[in-house]
Parts: sequence; structure tokens; C-alpha cells
Amino acid sequence: MQPKKKTLRPIVTGSSVLGIKYKDGVILASDTLGSYGSLARFRDIRRIVPITKHTVIGGTGEFSDFQEITKILRQKIIENQELVESGKEEDELLPSEIHSYLSRVLYGRRNKFNPLWNDVVVAGFEKGKVHMGTVDLWGSYFEDDIIATGYGTYFALPLMRKAYKKDMERDKALEVLRDCLTVLFYRDCRTINRYVFAEITKEGVNITDPVEIETKWEIADWQEGKL
Amino acid sequence: MELIESPLQDLKKEVSTGTTIIAVQYQDGVIIGADSRTSSGSYAVNRVTDKLTPVHDYIYCLRSGSAADTQIIASYVSYYLNMFSIEEGCLPTVKKAAHMFREFCYQNKQYLLASIIVAGWDEENGGCVYNVPLGGSIIKQPFAIGGSGSSYLYGYCDIHFKENMTEEEAISFVSKGITEAIARDGSSGGICRIATINKDGVKRRTIYGNELQKFWEK
Repeated sequence: MQPKKKTLRPIVTGSSVLGIKYKDGVILASDTLGSYGSLARFRDIRRIVPITKHTVIGGTGEFSDFQEITKILRQKIIENQELVESGKEEDELLPSEIHSYLSRVLYGRRNKFNPLWNDVVVAGFEKGKVHMGTVDLWGSYFEDDIIATGYGTYFALPLMRKAYKKDMERDKALEVLRDCLTVLFYRDCRTINRYVFAEITKEGVNITDPVEIETKWEIADWQEGKL
Repeated sequence: MELIESPLQDLKKEVSTGTTIIAVQYQDGVIIGADSRTSSGSYAVNRVTDKLTPVHDYIYCLRSGSAADTQIIASYVSYYLNMFSIEEGCLPTVKKAAHMFREFCYQNKQYLLASIIVAGWDEENGGCVYNVPLGGSIIKQPFAIGGSGSSYLYGYCDIHFKENMTEEEAISFVSKGITEAIARDGSSGGICRIATINKDGVKRRTIYGNELQKFWEK
């Protein structure tokens, strides 16, 4: 009999993932930290990964489960490839199909009381348009133009909602994301100042190397001497 | 059970200075340092907190544990120290201040979550550092570390501490320690506040978040 391997509580966790649509596509952002409780243990992990040439997923929550999801989806892509080559399927799996499949996987796991402890953002380009949405550990499926998971739902979403305009410019979208990531770095104790951006356009996926964002600490002078 | 602690749940938790604090005796007095994050679960309530709290002209305390508990104890001690020094007509010793903290922390140990380091300068003894941990013991040490981030510094401090350092060496010892703890402890963060206390008084300085030294980052 197999030993039970239920995910009882998250151990190595990732914090927020943000996503925003713009004129030519969509940009996702996250930091590169895997926390071990309050310890900033793994400071160079990738919580946004490509699945196909046109799809990317980002994960909040238990990192091992996110890696498992990546495996499951990449396996599905390979199976689909075989069908494509033998003429039974038309083409590569679309982002919306991957999103839908993932939601069934996560819902099925929740029904067995053994969830994959994640909040996953799925984003990609299909048929000339962007598809972006989330699925969470309970199997709830959701699509929108602006997405945030984890602490990002509380701190970043209001900022993104204020700044978002349909077909906004790329620079504006990046600026909004940078502001949100900065606020999250200030206020979320489980983040670090090291971020990765994933841009998806009709050309494909481009994931940047980790970068740092400038932070402001002038207000510290006003707090000095005060309890 | 929450996926990740949400701020809504966090705000019901005790606000604590999940913290890193260090105090070190050096040639002419003491150097004290702390981070600037006050957290409630994983929400940073204050990112520029001042944990270096004066209780008298030449005596400071470094606070960790419950923010409310340590603030009120520091207020009481500073009130009594002020009163006694006026009555006695002389400056209080660090030992007196430390023992006062101990009295509050020990007699009320069931109610309090306070771990305090008392450090300062007096004429008789020069620079002194006293550790008053949870439970209310009092221990005089050449250097003391406290708070959640201090776990990551025992190795660093044991290897790099020397007695009778110069001011520059001691500041480097403290600021590097705080920086490393901020890098690894999620409950510590923000800026590094440092103070030098010697016969010339108290000199405060701040090392901002983006100016903190970078060690191995991956």
C-alpha cells in the first residue's frame, strides 16, 4: 500500500503573482523568493514558467505543488504533440484549454481532500487575443484583464484597477506593475526585492532575468525618535 | 485554513516587533542597532519603526516581542528613571535601568511578551549591555542579540565578535549583522537604525534599505 502523501500545509511558499493586459499582449510579474515559514530560504526560484510557446503560468503557494503542476501541464503538452503529429489534433494546446484543464485537475484534487496548494495564474496569446485568468487550490476558475494572487489581491489590485485602461501602452503597464511590486515589498513580509517579468505577445514568450526595483525610505527620518 | 495568511487574519494577530536587535560593547561605550519592521503575521504594519528607545540621556533599550508590551514598559522605566535621577541628583547607571526592566518583566511574566536589551554608558562602568529575555532574567553580556532575526546571527556573532573594538569596527559588526538578518528573516526588514552611546552622548544614524550592503544573494 502506498504511503499517504497529502499536502497538509504549505512548507516552501511563494508570494504574489501579478498580471496585466496591455495593447500588444500581457505582462506577468513575481518575485523570486521561496519562503520557509518566515525564513527567506530560497532567493532565486522561478515562480513564472513557460508551458508552451504562447502560454505561461505563475504560481503562489506551495512551491513543490507548483513544480508538480508544471510537470502535469508539460506532460499534457507532450501528449497533445503526439496527437498533432499523428493528425488527430489540429494544433498546440491553447492557453484557454490549458487553463480549463488545470482547473479540472485542481478541482479533482480538492474533492479528494488532497489539494495542490496553489493559486495559479495562466496567461497566453491565442487567436490574436490575450487570455489570462487564475485557478486556485479549490478549483475556482476566473478570467480578467488584471490579475493578482496572494497579498497582491489586497495591495496590488486596487492600484492596478485605478491605472488600467484597455489597450494601454507597454511602458505604462510595466510602471503599474513596478509600483505594485514595490508596495508589496514594503508591506508583505514574505517578499524580496528581486523580480522577474514575463511578457507574452503574438511573437511569443519573453521572461526577463531577475531585476531589482528602487525603494524609498525618506519617511524613516520622520519616524525617528517616535515610539 | 488560509492559503497564505491574509491581512484580514493578520490584523487579528498580536502586533509584534518580529525583529532583529543587536547591542555591542566597544572601546568607548556601546553601539546598538535594529531593523525597522513591525509585523502582524506577514503584514508589515510599520516599515520604518524606531526600535531604539531612549529611557534616559545615556541609556537606550532595544525592544522585541509585543510592540504594545515593550512600549509601555519602556515608558514606565523612563518615567521612574527620570524621577529617581532627579531625587538622587545624578545620572542613573545602566545597571539600574536594566534591573528596573527586569522588575517589570519578571513580576508580570504571565501577562507580557517582552524581550528587551538594555544598553548605554555610565561614568562608573563605561559601556554596558544587559539582556532581559522572556521570563525576566537579567544577564550582563559583552554583546547581545535578540528578536526573530537573531537566530540567523548566532554563527556570525560567535565568529566575528572581538572585545574592545573601535567605533568603526563595532558599527560594521552591527550593521552587517542587521543587514544579513534582514536578508533572511521575513519578520525583519526596512532600514538599519544604529546609535553610538559614549561619554559624548548619543549619535544616531540610519542606513537606508537600498544602501544596505549586499552579501551572497541567491
